[in-house]
Amino acid sequence: MRLKSATAIAGLGITKQGKVYEHNQVGFAIEAIKLALDDAGLTRADLDGVLLNPGLSWTDGGMGAFGLQQAMGLHNLRLAHTMNAGGATAGAMIHQAVEAIATGMATTVACVFSDAPLKPPAPKAEGKSSGSAAAYAFGRGLEAAYGQFGVNAMYALVAQRHMHLYGTTNDHLGAIAVAERQWANKNPQAQFYDTPMTLDDYRRSRWIVEPFRLFDCCLVSNGGVAVIVTSAERARDLKRPPVYIWGMGQGHPGGDPSETLTSGAPLAKEQAFTMAGITLGDIDVVELYDCYTFTVLVCLEDYGFCKKGEGGPFAADGKLAPGGALPVNTGGGQLSSFYMWGMTPVSEGVIQIRGDGGARQVPDAKVALVSGNGGILSTHSTLVLANEP
Amino acid sequence: MSAYTKPIPVITPEMRPFYDAAKRHELVVQHCSGCGAHRFPARGICSHCLSPESSWVKVSGEGEVFSFNVMHQIYHPGFATEVPYAVVVVKLAEGAKITSNLVGVKPHDITIGMPVRVMFEDIIEHVTLPKFRSVE
Ligand SMILES: [Zn+2]
Repeated sequence: MRLKSATAIAGLGITKQGKVYEHNQVGFAIEAIKLALDDAGLTRADLDGVLLNPGLSWTDGGMGAFGLQQAMGLHNLRLAHTMNAGGATAGAMIHQAVEAIATGMATTVACVFSDAPLKPPAPKAEGKSSGSAAAYAFGRGLEAAYGQFGVNAMYALVAQRHMHLYGTTNDHLGAIAVAERQWANKNPQAQFYDTPMTLDDYRRSRWIVEPFRLFDCCLVSNGGVAVIVTSAERARDLKRPPVYIWGMGQGHPGGDPSETLTSGAPLAKEQAFTMAGITLGDIDVVELYDCYTFTVLVCLEDYGFCKKGEGGPFAADGKLAPGGALPVNTGGGQLSSFYMWGMTPVSEGVIQIRGDGGARQVPDAKVALVSGNGGILSTHSTLVLANEP
Repeated sequence: MSAYTKPIPVITPEMRPFYDAAKRHELVVQHCSGCGAHRFPARGICSHCLSPESSWVKVSGEGEVFSFNVMHQIYHPGFATEVPYAVVVVKLAEGAKITSNLVGVKPHDITIGMPVRVMFEDIIEHVTLPKFRSVE
């Protein structure tokens, strides 16, 4: 079965992002799907599939997608799943939607991520927030005893190895943060819209977990993002230009990322690029999963934009920034725009391919590489999106 | 001695041999009966050969710093007066890796590859934590 351009993204919905409190996580998901349906010129009656990637605030476990279905009044779904492959989930949801549509098991599928981990500022100070039960529960008991808490600390161990083996520096990471901020400055939906940052600002920002400073880490955000996937044929009759899905792939290497310093990108890329019939040179715009500056660096290496170990110097000369030779994370990414897991790079890929980027639009962007990465380099997804079949 | 304020690990049945040994100031890790690999923390099935058979064996306590980070953010009040402090991953001579702390070395003096040796800290009556010292 030919999958290249069998399907397309027909609708995109992005709610307000960041310190916004008008909904809980379910409300943000519904609003995102509504916005995506409106964008496509469809209604919820057109949906026969819904796939949900729950963020951290979804606590009803396996009932996630079905809870959402109830809350949104979606009837007669033929496809409904709650999915979790970490930061690779957005790509994995779109893969599943494509497969269902291409095989005739569904026609129109909403893929959505939402989260609402931020609470409105309390009227009075509640005392120290450090040492919350949630933060403690994140660490395994023994690791917490040594003071190892959270995902920042785990990625930091991997980054430290990269620095040791290849001479990667904080300024290399800082160059990535600065480039993404320059993109965010041109994106009105970004939390850091019109808020410049220099490398010196980066160097002055506080440490979170060395080797990561504040600006090496993604933004925690409330909000939701959804896309509508349908057949390419149907997408051509809808309101907006189809964003064709040329290729897709996943790669989940397992193992110890601090040993390999390699993500699942090589595996996911092979499948996706073969399906799409492209090479790196065909890509106009790159949207990488940037939970940390460091994951951008590793993925630049793993997709083959530079050799393993050379990501630091490769990123350091401004080529990722507006006007540079390799536009990366053109909306500001998760570092400077909003953190909707893999839906951040997906949404920006759709915007660029449609030519909707406004001040940040990459001229003549015809082919986008969209990447998802999670579980400390252990899950990965790749999408190739394009403006023609 | 003032009250211990850092997180106290929960001693699960599968990890009990490790804590019992630490109490005796011995470091033990799991040894796979199938392929001979050493592993830590406890896991019911070997991820190399899928054997469910294993035993706990005493190891030399020698190793080297495989990686480390320096924690600045306070995630638990017990560490509030210690930041910045380093968490190290030690690769033991026998091959298993263990997360721990390095005693007597300032965070910025730690280097990857630094040779280290285990020591023991009796934190409360029933829990002892293996930590490491530089042997340079
Ligand atoms: Zn084995």
